[in-house]
Amino acid sequence: MNRHSILRVVAKFMIPYIMLFALYVQFHGDFGPGGGFQAGVIFAVGFILYALIFGIENGRKVLPAGVNRILLAGGVLLYAGVGVAGLLLEGNYLDYFVLAHDPVHGQHLGILLVELGVGITVASTMIALFYVFSGQDVRR
Amino acid sequence: MISAHLPILQVVVPLIAAPLGLLFRRTPNLAWLLTLVISWLTLAISVALLAQVLTGGPISYELGSWAPPWGIEYRIDILSAFVLLIVSGVGALVILYARQSVEAEIPGDRIYLFYTMYLLALAGLLGIVTTGDAFNLFVFLEISSLSSYVLIALGAERRALTAAFRYLVLGTIGATFYVIGVGLMYQMTGTLNIADLAARLPDVVQTRTMLVAIGFLTVGIGLKLGLFPVHVWLPNAYTYAPSVVTAFLAATATKVAVYVLLRMYYTVFQGHLFAPLPVDEILFVLGILAMLAMSAVAIFQTNAKRLLAYSSVAQIGYMILGISLVTVTGLTAGVLHLFNHALMKAALFLALGCVFLRIRSAKVDDMAGLGKAMPWTMAAFVLGGFSLIGVPLTVGFISKWYLILAALEKDWWWLAAIILISSLLAVIYIWRVVEVAYFRARPAEAPPVTEAPLFMLVPMWALVLANIYFGIDTDLTVGTAARAAQFLMGVGS
Repeated sequence: MNRHSILRVVAKFMIPYIMLFALYVQFHGDFGPGGGFQAGVIFAVGFILYALIFGIENGRKVLPAGVNRILLAGGVLLYAGVGVAGLLLEGNYLDYFVLAHDPVHGQHLGILLVELGVGITVASTMIALFYVFSGQDVRR
Repeated sequence: MISAHLPILQVVVPLIAAPLGLLFRRTPNLAWLLTLVISWLTLAISVALLAQVLTGGPISYELGSWAPPWGIEYRIDILSAFVLLIVSGVGALVILYARQSVEAEIPGDRIYLFYTMYLLALAGLLGIVTTGDAFNLFVFLEISSLSSYVLIALGAERRALTAAFRYLVLGTIGATFYVIGVGLMYQMTGTLNIADLAARLPDVVQTRTMLVAIGFLTVGIGLKLGLFPVHVWLPNAYTYAPSVVTAFLAATATKVAVYVLLRMYYTVFQGHLFAPLPVDEILFVLGILAMLAMSAVAIFQTNAKRLLAYSSVAQIGYMILGISLVTVTGLTAGVLHLFNHALMKAALFLALGCVFLRIRSAKVDDMAGLGKAMPWTMAAFVLGGFSLIGVPLTVGFISKWYLILAALEKDWWWLAAIILISSLLAVIYIWRVVEVAYFRARPAEAPPVTEAPLFMLVPMWALVLANIYFGIDTDLTVGTAARAAQFLMGVGS
């Protein structure tokens, strides 16, 4: 891909905006269409574009499969952890009302963190699938 | 305080532990230890829940403090508490057994994945049973199914991959049919909460939409539980999966699917579905066919795991038969056999796991002379086989006793005769293994075989002794099953 300078330049230009858009979809999900799942897919697309243009080896340097695996589990744990936090604050599981002094703020915080967990896991799952299908994740 | 949260902890504890299993990539023994602690913890929670339900009646838990029917409700009644006990009890014993068997059958760098997937499957199965929401049930069905596809694919032979793929295709069709059925129910009632559905469905049950929903639900759940004509995924999946996985799935996954069927038929539809669509008669015929045809097919198998897999399909026939009688005694027999069959099949498959560990084969012919070489393992197999046949003083006898009582209650002598014939077929296929193991000498050129390690013998024998204990002291099993059956039929408490 070294000779395709147009692709490289355009990709370099696009990737930050794709990832920024992913974050917008992620954090604007409370007020408009969007949320963790869509944001995770968009974020992963930005990364996959990088790996396609600049080579999978470079992609693996940016995000090693081991780190990706930790993110994969971390997102799930963040989601489940928010639920447990509700339990520890003497509410029910996934009870957001008790997360802050004001129940409305609690709801806001709860859904924000849960969606973040979803976003992280979805993005890492997409990337993990990409790694596996690109044949680089054999027995490693 | 903690006792109020037991319904959610039952599911969340293994669910949170599953991703933590990824930490132990290079230290599989720690992954095993984590899984062991978690599975015994879930068993303790199940026991506490059953005690709560037996004394205080059904428990309801509001997820996120949103009141049902708007929020998701977890609801534990006597039937779910009983099934929870089966799943977590078998899970706890199987994992105690698992360490050496898994080391021998799964490559070292994948063992941590096995434990992660096992915990996910456990969480999914427990979730199906605890939830009181028809769609949430679908989500847990997918969690448990997807992880069991991976568990089966971890088998040593490459054929495990095709077996897992076939299960994936059929299992996905089953889950999709289930969700189509739930969607149609939602369309007619506007609710997904099972208790709320039960209140609203009687008004609309005669509509054509509901007929289609019942059809989709029955076929979808039938695919998951290995109902006779749609069981084709089951024999290969059980044969090529790692031994521990086979024992775990055979004792829990199909039982949980039977639970879903009971829940849909008797809690959601409250038995009203049999008037517009005679599913009870259809299931009755399929149950009898499964008992006879699958037992007969089991006789001709050369692989002992596949033999027991076909026997499982036949035994599911007994449960379906009990359920399809639509009487309290029939349901008691069906629910009772859920528990009893889990005990016997887990014991038998664990015995085959010990055999596989030592001779690297599950073929009947390769088991020649094992009666002498592995006396404890083969004795466990024989006792488990007795239980499967229904010899008195074992749990198998109790199940069949109640099933025959249910048949006689309707004055159907011929049905009692069919049950006996099917039991005789079980004698033949169990005898085939016993004959080879005890009455055929081990070939001279075969390498010497020693008894399985103690860590595997103890959980296996615990299950075997449970087969005998619950065959003599039936207070817990028959008492709970009878109460569950009365609860489902809406008589008594």
